[in-house]
This record gives sequence, structure tokens and C-alpha cells, in this order.
Amino acid sequence: MELKLGILVNEGPYTHQASDTAYHFTKAALEKGHEIFRVFFYHDGVNNGTRFTVPPQDDRNLQKAWSELAAKAKLDLVVCIAAAQRRGILDTGEAKRHGKDSDNLAPGFRISGLGQLVEAGIVADRLVTFGD
Amino acid sequence: MPTLHTINKSPFERSSFASALNHLLPGDALLMIEDGVVGARKSSAFAGRLEAAAKTCRVYVLGPDLAARGIAEKDVVAGATLVDYGGFVDLVTGHDRTQAWL
Repeated sequence: MELKLGILVNEGPYTHQASDTAYHFTKAALEKGHEIFRVFFYHDGVNNGTRFTVPPQDDRNLQKAWSELAAKAKLDLVVCIAAAQRRGILDTGEAKRHGKDSDNLAPGFRISGLGQLVEAGIVADRLVTFGD
Repeated sequence: MPTLHTINKSPFERSSFASALNHLLPGDALLMIEDGVVGARKSSAFAGRLEAAAKTCRVYVLGPDLAARGIAEKDVVAGATLVDYGGFVDLVTGHDRTQAWL
């Protein structure tokens, strides 16, 4: 039976392994025909949503991998606004509002509030948490 | 209403693994992922507790994380089943909820 899944990522790409696990889990769920209702990035997890990372070429690029998976599977990748602002993750509008000289939100991500996580908890059949 | 419990920390690093075992109900499932797979190693000081849990609950280990840490399948406690990421997804959808012990 195909289900609707919500994913919560509470950890950045270089803290430990949670973002990697969440990514592989999301990919496997899509391959099995499940719907990913939303991936919500909270706390240090918002660091998955910057397009300014340049890891070595022979290293995995998790931020890029999320963006590519989002484009391919039409994923809704949501970054928590309060967590993002603390960590310097800004979209064009937020960068302008705070007088910053650039924005860095990666393609496929959008900035929104905690209500999006609550909604995922209500609407999705299962909510799976990945963190440290 | 069975619950899937995911554990991602070694029992020798944090108390979350032991805490999870204390909260397991009969019929629940336990999945060791990330550093949690260290707890699956047989003959360790922790193995007895996991083997006891395996009598009333199903116990799973994420194979790729086990391999990444150099733990061979033959060194895993009796009663634990290896799964891949697809198996992880099946465990999530096959249980009413997933509790992540972080």
C-alpha cells in the first residue's frame, strides 16, 4: 500500500549522518511508490538548504543531492524560518528585508514556518524523524 | 498499535539505546541505524540486553551502516535481521508510528 510520508531532518550535512540517512530513506520511499508529502528541515537541518557549499569533488554533495531529488520527484523541501535566520540561510526576500548583500537558499528549497511541520504531522500517514 | 523504534547512537556512547529498550512493548520493532548498529555486535557487554529484547520484539539492523563500520553479518547478535533502505521504508509503513531515539 502506498502511503504519504513526512520527513523531519534536524541535523546539518556534516554533523553526523542523519541527513544522509534521511536522503537515502526518501529516495528508497519514492522508488517504492510512496508519496513524500514534505521534507521539513529544522534546527541545524536548515544547513542542508544553502547553495554556497563547495565540498571537494570526490566528496558527496548532500545539498546538491537534495536539490536534484527535489527537482526530479517534485519534493516540497521546507526550511524553518527562525532556524534559518539564526544560521544565515536566506532567500531573496529575506536577504533584502535584512539588508544582506546576497541570498543562499538552494534550488528546490523554500523558507516557511513551523506550521508546515505541524501540517506534515497531520496530513502524512507517517512522520519520520532524522537527527542527532 | 505497534511502534517502530529507530536508534542511531551506540549504546556505549549515550543512554538512548538503553532507554529505548526500556520503552519497548511486546510486538514493537527496533531498528538500529547509523552508530546504533554498534549495539548489534554479538558478545559485547550490551548484547545480552538486546538479545533479551529480541524475545518479545523484532530486531533489525540497517545493513549499509553495519558494513560502513566494518561489522560483519556473522558478528551480529542472534535474532537480528539485516535490512536495506527499502526494508527501512517497509518497516516505517508497516508500523503505526516511528519513534526516533535521538
